[in-house]
Amino acid sequence: MSNKPHVVVIGGGSTGCGIARDLAMRGLEVTLVEQGNLTHGTTGRMHGLLHSGGRYAVADQASAKECIEENRVLRDIASHCVEMTGGLFVQRPEDSDEYFQEKLEGCRECGIPAEVLSAEEAREIEPYLAKDIKRAIKVPDGAVDPFRLCVANAASAEEHGARIETHAPVVDVLTEGDEVVGVEVEHESGPGKRVHREPGTREEIHADYVVNATGAWAGRVGEMAGLEQEIEVRPGKGVMTIMNTRQVDTAINRCKPKGDADIIVPHETTAILGTTDVEVEDPEDYPEEQWEVDLMIDTLSDLVPMLEEARTIRSFWGVRPLYEPPGTGTSDSTDITRDFFLLDHSDRDGVENFTSIVGGKFTTYRMMGEDISDHVCEQFGIDVECRTADEPLPGSEDFTVLRDYMEQFGIRSPIGRRSAQRLGSRTDEVLDYDGPNPTVCECEAVTRAEVKDGIEGSGSDLNATRLRTRASMGNCQGAFCCHRMSAELYDEYDAETAYDAWDELYQERWKGERHALWGTQLSQAALKYSLHATTMNRDKDAATTDSVVDFSAFDSGTAAGTSGGTTGTAATDGGRTGDD
Amino acid sequence: MAIREDVIVIGGGLAGSVAAIEAAETGASVRLVTYKKSTLRHASGLIDVLGYNGSDDPITDPFAALENLPADHPYSVAGEAAVHDGLDRFDEIVGDSYQGDHTDTNALIPTFGGAVKPTARYPAAAAAGIASDDRPMLIIGFEEMTEYNGSMLADHLEAAGVPFDVEGVECSFPGEYVNDSRVTRFAKRLDINENVEYEGRTTGAREALANEIEPHVGDAERVGLPAFLGDDHTDEVRTDLERHLGVDVFEIPMGPPSYPGIRLSDQLKDAVDEAGVRISAGNPVVGFEAEDGEIQSVTVDSKGREVPYHADEYVLATGGLVGKGIDSGREEGVTEPIFDCHIPHPEDRYDWFDKEAFGDQPFAHFGVVVDETMRPLSADDAPEFDNLRAAGAVIGGADTVAEKSQSGVSLATAVVAGERAGERAAKHEVSQ
Repeated sequence: MSNKPHVVVIGGGSTGCGIARDLAMRGLEVTLVEQGNLTHGTTGRMHGLLHSGGRYAVADQASAKECIEENRVLRDIASHCVEMTGGLFVQRPEDSDEYFQEKLEGCRECGIPAEVLSAEEAREIEPYLAKDIKRAIKVPDGAVDPFRLCVANAASAEEHGARIETHAPVVDVLTEGDEVVGVEVEHESGPGKRVHREPGTREEIHADYVVNATGAWAGRVGEMAGLEQEIEVRPGKGVMTIMNTRQVDTAINRCKPKGDADIIVPHETTAILGTTDVEVEDPEDYPEEQWEVDLMIDTLSDLVPMLEEARTIRSFWGVRPLYEPPGTGTSDSTDITRDFFLLDHSDRDGVENFTSIVGGKFTTYRMMGEDISDHVCEQFGIDVECRTADEPLPGSEDFTVLRDYMEQFGIRSPIGRRSAQRLGSRTDEVLDYDGPNPTVCECEAVTRAEVKDGIEGSGSDLNATRLRTRASMGNCQGAFCCHRMSAELYDEYDAETAYDAWDELYQERWKGERHALWGTQLSQAALKYSLHATTMNRDKDAATTDSVVDFSAFDSGTAAGTSGGTTGTAATDGGRTGDD
Repeated sequence: MAIREDVIVIGGGLAGSVAAIEAAETGASVRLVTYKKSTLRHASGLIDVLGYNGSDDPITDPFAALENLPADHPYSVAGEAAVHDGLDRFDEIVGDSYQGDHTDTNALIPTFGGAVKPTARYPAAAAAGIASDDRPMLIIGFEEMTEYNGSMLADHLEAAGVPFDVEGVECSFPGEYVNDSRVTRFAKRLDINENVEYEGRTTGAREALANEIEPHVGDAERVGLPAFLGDDHTDEVRTDLERHLGVDVFEIPMGPPSYPGIRLSDQLKDAVDEAGVRISAGNPVVGFEAEDGEIQSVTVDSKGREVPYHADEYVLATGGLVGKGIDSGREEGVTEPIFDCHIPHPEDRYDWFDKEAFGDQPFAHFGVVVDETMRPLSADDAPEFDNLRAAGAVIGGADTVAEKSQSGVSLATAVVAGERAGERAAKHEVSQ
């Protein structure tokens, strides 16, 4: 083995990106491969709660303790991804006093700051809480932007020399005898950033060690490595319903034992309602059902009654990669532990140089990354300290005061402020744009400079730029900005690529929007349809359909009669001319 | 004094305005009740009659294609004559400001999305952009705007096989702007020909813009710009630019805020005024009184005070889902909020949409069902009220978005509803 071992990390979610950053910072050569965008799997499909640990304080205290520890770390190293909203566990009159007490004591046992509030005090913080609530426990929950966090980890890994390949699904795990020696990936558009319409290639990436951090997809990768014993991840789907505005500014939890529809997380301009937990067979193909959306609204209205009449802008589903060691035999997936497991396939299956990490949760991604990095380093006899808990992520360095960027970059508040909140310490670098910097996405206040920065980071994939910038994620769901974002691709990419990216983004927005189609949002969707189909005629666009238009068969106008060609054929039917 | 008219039209968009004018032409006294500004102001200003019917191939002659439509299509119900009458009425209202009435054939007009769209009438300001004209074209985009990129739009037109050479360029709009200026700011500057600093001297905005464009014109014989060439003085702005550049200038229809839509909306308002129609603007209709299957009055919420408006005949032209003439809820399903007219729709809201964004969208068909005199029908096919008619997007039965038939359907149904309402109101008077 060389003195600088090469590790391939499979999976561009929070865990994979966390591992890649950690290993790269410890001086290893790292390649991360991801089948879609960063956060494509589970990470991009969660409610964005930065756990205080309160939710696990009764049933799973080990997890709760990890959560509060990592909660503090992330506030420090990822300040531009975290909003400390605070959280409340709200007790309704029908909820048990005994459980409330257990929750309070549990929090204290785990070192989670917890304070009991009367109903009046709770409603002072959150005026839209139901009038009949009994009381609440206040904990340091927060909201975290999973996309921004993942991208920042990947960016840090790159700064430390790692190679990040998105849209590069693993098609094979390469083995020699009982050793894993690398992976074969299919670059959907050649290596590097994704470019639409660019033909793909395959690449064998040889490595000294392979880490499988693919969550719900871990079993599939295990199979490719020829493991005899299946990695039994039990995917559990859950719905998240996004509201058009922040009905609450604090994370609101229902204070009762596990249940569906028991959390509301304020997130940027929206609030996210969650969730359900239903075990599914296939993490990529499962039903997204109406009852789940209805359940969110109907149940959470008990806590915040205004939700009943409020407008939702879309719903999305995520798949939890729950894992339990063989033989545990839990029948109800909601009872499966949220703890994570490191499966060294050398011990487990006799396959060398290959480890999978399964289970766990988003809040503790860094800790999981540290554990597995320790494990990998140990294999190579490398003794380097983990620094991921101490070194801020790109965007969160020395950034204490959010300035008003109105003056400096010619952007009116609050657009400048919103940009600065997203970009953190990268604000100057990104907003210092050469040329006019108009707003591209008005709902989320995203300017051209930020969109261009997103494109620079992720290629012609506008869904990736969306995740980096939040452009097209607001109330209008891209009605007014899908085409604008696509126009920002042009020059660097050709028109065909830009149009492809537009169409893909438009369809992706529709996927979640259709779960919110009633009332105002149906009206909004009809407006979007009108703008893109009636005004722009993109649904019948002759350049992207098979239609071959015989232009000479159509009206050639009246005004241009003198310039020859097909013009001047007006009024053959004896109709009135436009000029009389 | 109680408010009493022969005809009350609810909704001030294309359909409501035309229905009101049509009713007034019969000699009836007409009042137009409008609430919010019409969605027409967001529309492109193109008057589509029928662009597609099922396939991706554009229809050349929309009138000839009417017979292929299903029997429950609003055009089939209103009849071919109504489609012609609607357009005739439109042509009369807009005069020279629109073109396309010299032929029954559709025109293909470039949209800001880079596609060409079949349409029956187009603003004179857009005429030089017609795609079946082989003169070379230059598309201007602006760095200060984000709606489209000039070169990208040009490339895309080429990809559709247009019969002319087309180039595109991104220019800078003369003068100083804050980064988040809106299109209205640019339009205003051209409209009043505000002085700007351009290349070291002070000049009118129109001249400065022409100077900015000129180096890029090359062989082009026509130049397209976003439809923001002025507001009140749009012809002047265009003529000035044409004079400076020596080539035709045209506007590319845009999304909201859409100047062609706003201009058309203003023209309609003038025409409604001229027809002697009274206008009650800014107040919603919140209820009605009915007796023996006839509406006696509608209740208008006038700043918190509920005022009954009496009439013999009523026209409902409140728009579709976008205009809020049709409402929906998780529990309530799809409803018509004023008179609770029947709107057929699947019970399960997951049957309201197609999974493909541009698939056959059931929600796009939502609307009331009407008889040949435009009376909304109940679930058992009887008129909801003897004296209520519908016009425009509140009528369902066709995806006018996919067909590019929205304006035509509004016009055709409006002339039938307006004329019938006016005539019937006259009969009421005779019989009373």
